[in-house]
Amino acid sequence: MIVVDNLSIRQGDFSFENVDLTIPSGVYGVLMGRSGCGKTTILEAICGLRRMAGGRIRLGDRDVTRLRPGERGIGYVPQDRALFPTMVVGQQLAFSLIVRKTPGDIIASRVAELAELLGIGHLLDRSPGTLSGGEAQRVTLGRALACRPSVLCLDEPLSALDEDTHDEICKLLADIHQCTGVTVLHVTHSRREAQRLGDCVFQLEDGAVRELTLGDG
Amino acid sequence: MKDRPEAQLDSGKQLDSGTQESHRVDSSAPFIVGLVLLASIYVVLIVVMIVADLGYLFFSSDGLDAFAAALRSPEVRYAIGLSLLSCSLTTIFALWVSVPIGYLMSRFEFRGKAFIDTVLDIPIVLPPLVVGISLLILFRSVPEFLSDLVVFEVPAVILAQFAVACAFAVRTMRVTFEQISQRYEQVAMTLGASRSQAFWSVVLPQTRRGMLAAATLAWARALGEFGPILVFAGATPMRTEVLPTTVFLEMQGGNLAGMLAVSILMILLAAIVLTIARLFGLRRLNV
Repeated sequence: MIVVDNLSIRQGDFSFENVDLTIPSGVYGVLMGRSGCGKTTILEAICGLRRMAGGRIRLGDRDVTRLRPGERGIGYVPQDRALFPTMVVGQQLAFSLIVRKTPGDIIASRVAELAELLGIGHLLDRSPGTLSGGEAQRVTLGRALACRPSVLCLDEPLSALDEDTHDEICKLLADIHQCTGVTVLHVTHSRREAQRLGDCVFQLEDGAVRELTLGDG
Repeated sequence: MKDRPEAQLDSGKQLDSGTQESHRVDSSAPFIVGLVLLASIYVVLIVVMIVADLGYLFFSSDGLDAFAAALRSPEVRYAIGLSLLSCSLTTIFALWVSVPIGYLMSRFEFRGKAFIDTVLDIPIVLPPLVVGISLLILFRSVPEFLSDLVVFEVPAVILAQFAVACAFAVRTMRVTFEQISQRYEQVAMTLGASRSQAFWSVVLPQTRRGMLAAATLAWARALGEFGPILVFAGATPMRTEVLPTTVFLEMQGGNLAGMLAVSILMILLAAIVLTIARLFGLRRLNV
C-alpha cells in the first residue's frame, strides 16, 4: 500500500500543499496530470528523493517519511531510465543485490530469473548504449525489480517508445504486475495508458489529487 | 512576434518577396572559410614555433651538439628526473584533491559556496610568481623543522607545482561531475546504495575521461611551472633544479643552444605524456 498523507513540497517557484493519495496493496495505480503539474515530484517524494516541507509517506505498514531512499523497499524507474553507462545489463540487474552484499549464487539465480521474466537473457553482456528503447526499458524494469520491492514507481515508462514497443512494454507492465503482485504507482499524462493499465486512476490538478472513475471523460 | 508574418500572409500583396520558393539562403562557405582562417592563425603559430625550435636544433652549427651535451650533463639528467617525479606526484595529489572538490561543488548547495568558488579560481588568475612568494611567506610562520624540510628543498618544488596545477584539475573535475546527471546516483540510492556506494560504483567510473583530462592538464602545468619554484624552491643544481629552471640557468649563462636543447626536451616529454594519456584513455574507454 502507498499512502501519501498531507504532502507539502516547496521548491523555488514550485509548491503544493496537503496532497493526499492512497493506493491499496497490490493495486496498479496511475497518476495523471499535465506536464509540470507535480506528478513526478510526488513520485520522487515517495522514493525519498525530494525534500518534503510537510506530510507523511507510508508504504505497507511502515512510515518511511524519514527513511533513506534505499531503505524504503521501492523499485524506481525514472523517465530517462538512467541505466548506468559503465555497467553491462547483467551488472545493472545485479546492482541492488550487490550493494546488499547478497551471496553470488543467489545474485546469479535472481539475474537469470529476471532475464527470463523480461526476455533479456541475450542482452546480459551488452552496454546500455547498444540497446533499443524497448530493450533499455526492460532492463530498467529488471534493475528496479531485482530486490523484490513492495512498491514500483514508474515515471512515464512508456514515453519515447514507438507504437509497437509501446504496446509490448504496456503488456509487459501488466504481466509483471500480475506475476509479482507489486503495488504500482505509474505516472503519465496519457489517458490511454491509464485506461489500459490502471486499477485505479488519479488526476493531479491545481495541487489536488482526485480519483477518476475509469472510462469517464 | 508571431502576429506580423500572419498579417503579411493575410494581405497577400507582400508574398512575392517572402515566399519559400523565392527566398534564397546564402552559402555557408564564406562563414566556414572565415572561421577556418581565424582558427588557423593559432594552430599555425603553435606549429611554426615548434618548427623554428627544431630548425635551429638541426640546421644551426652547434644545435645537435648542444642537444647531445645537454643529455649527457648530470645536472640536466637530474632535472629531467626531478621534473618527471615532481610532476607525477603533483598529478596524483591534484587528483586526490580535485575529485572531492569537484564532486562537492557540483552536487551540494551550501552557504559560502560562491566564496569557495572564487578561492578555487585564485591560483588560475594569480601571477605564478606571487604564488611562490605567498608560499615563502607562509613557511616563515610554520615550525622551523617543517620550514627546513620544505623551503628550498624538493618538497617545495612539488608544493609550488601543486598550488597552481591543482586549480586546473579542480576546474576540470568540477565540469566533469556537472556533466553527469544526478539521476544516476538517485537511482542507485533507491536501489539500496549509500551515497558513498553510489559515488564509487556509479559516478566515479563515469569520470574516467575527465580524470584523464585533469591529470594530463595538471601534469603539463606542473612541467612548465617556473616562477613559484624559483622563488620557493630556488634554482640549486642537483637539488631543486627542474627543466624550466635549467632553461633559465642556461639563458643566464648565455647558452642559447643549451637552452633550446632543454626546451625541445620539454616539448618531447609533453608530447610523449599527451600521447600516452590519449592512447591509454582511448583504449580503456573503448572509444
